[in-house]
Amino acid sequence: MPEIPEKLARTLENLELISDRSERIQLLIDIANRYREVPQRIAQRPFPEENKVPACESEAYVWGERRPDGALDYHFAVENPQGISAKAMAAILEDTLSGAPPEQVAAIPQDIVYRIFGRELSMGKSMGLMGMVSMVANLAKRAAPSP
Amino acid sequence: MSEIESRGYVRPEVLVSTDWVADHLKDPGVRIVESNEDPLLYPSGHIPGAVEVDWTRDLNDPVRRDYLGRDGFQALMRRLGVTPDTTVIFYGDRNNWWATYAYWVFQLFGHDNAKIMDGGRIKWVNEGRPLTQEVPSYPASDYQAKERDDKRIRAFRDEVLRHVEKKGRLVDVRSPAEFTGERLHMPEYPNEGALRGGHIPGAASVPWARAVNAEDGTFKTADELRAIYEGEVGLKKDDDVVVYCRIGERSSHTWFVLTNLLGYRQVRNYDGSWTEWGNLVGVPIER
Repeated sequence: MPEIPEKLARTLENLELISDRSERIQLLIDIANRYREVPQRIAQRPFPEENKVPACESEAYVWGERRPDGALDYHFAVENPQGISAKAMAAILEDTLSGAPPEQVAAIPQDIVYRIFGRELSMGKSMGLMGMVSMVANLAKRAAPSP
Repeated sequence: MSEIESRGYVRPEVLVSTDWVADHLKDPGVRIVESNEDPLLYPSGHIPGAVEVDWTRDLNDPVRRDYLGRDGFQALMRRLGVTPDTTVIFYGDRNNWWATYAYWVFQLFGHDNAKIMDGGRIKWVNEGRPLTQEVPSYPASDYQAKERDDKRIRAFRDEVLRHVEKKGRLVDVRSPAEFTGERLHMPEYPNEGALRGGHIPGAASVPWARAVNAEDGTFKTADELRAIYEGEVGLKKDDDVVVYCRIGERSSHTWFVLTNLLGYRQVRNYDGSWTEWGNLVGVPIER
C-alpha cells in the first residue's frame, strides 16, 4: 500500500496538533488566502466540464500538468467567491501533492478531508471536498505507471 | 412601499434588505445571525455584531439523527442573548440556503420573530459593506423555550409514505441529475449516502435555487415564483405539500418560499429526505 505523500502527511500532522478549533480554522483561512487559480496557459474560462469536481457546490475544477519525470502538478479553480473551504483544500492539495509520485497520490484516502477540517462538516460540504480529493486521485491514477 | 413589499409576497415582513440590516447593526432588539454551509466563512469575516449559528454543531443532536431538543434550543438562545422579543435576522452563504434552514429549525420551536436578509452574505459583500472578524459577546438571556413542534412544518417517513399513497403533492428540490438518479450511477462519484437513486413517486422537480435571482441572490418576485411553482408544476396555495432534498437543507429554502413568500398554508419539510428514502427497504421509488 503506497504511503501518503510526505508533504501531505506533514501538513496533516501539523493540523492535527492544533486541538483548538478556532486556531485550526484561522490557519485554514490563512491557507485559503494562498490559493492560486489555475494558470491561463493551462485553462481559461469557460472551464471544461470534464475538469469540474462532481458534488462540489463551490464549483471547483482540477487539472493535472505532467512533469518530465511523469509526476503531475495539480492546478485548481474555485468559482464560488465564498468557497473558502474549497480554496483551502485546493491550496493544500496543490502545495503538498504536486510532484509527488502519482501512485501515492492515486491512493490518497478521501477521509483526509476530516483530518484537515474536522468531523463537524455538513454532508454536502464533506462530499464536495472529498470530490476534490477523488478527482486529484483519478488524475494521478491515469498518470501512474502501469503495474 | 419598500422594494421588497413591491414584489407582491404574502408575508413581505419575513425579509429585510441589506440597507435595513446596515441601519440596525446596533439595535439591541435585533440579533443578526450568520448561518453557513462553509464553516470557514463566519470566522473569515462577518457583519459587525453578527453571531454564528452553525448547523452541524448548534442545531443538531450530537448523537442521533435529529434536531436539538427544547433544552438545547433554550441553551442556544440564552447563549446568543436572544429573548422572545428579539428579532432574529438570518443570513448566510449559498443564496441563504443555510440561513433558511436555521430559520426553519427556529420555527420548530415557535420563535416566529425571525427574518431573512434578502440576498444573503454575498449581496452584503458585493455592496462593499463592512465585515469584521471580531466575535461579539452578548449578555446571556433567560429565554424559556417551548417544546419542539414537529407536527406543523416537519414530515416524517411514515407520513410521507401515506402522503405518496394518497397522491399528495411533493417537490424534489435537488438537481435534475439527483432527481433522475443518474448521479448515483456515475463512475468515480462520491457516495451520496443513499443505496438507490431516483425520487419519491409523484414528486415534481424544482431545483431550489430557481427561487432566487442568480445575479444578486435576492428572491424572485411573487409573480415569478408563482410562474414556477404554480404555472410549471401546478401547485395550489391550499395544497398539502411535502418538500425534500438530500437531508432537508435545500428544501427548507423552498419551504420558506412557499410558506412565507407565496403564503401556502400546509408545507412540510421532510428532513429525512433522500438519504432516508433512498435507503428504506420496500418503499416505492421512481426514476
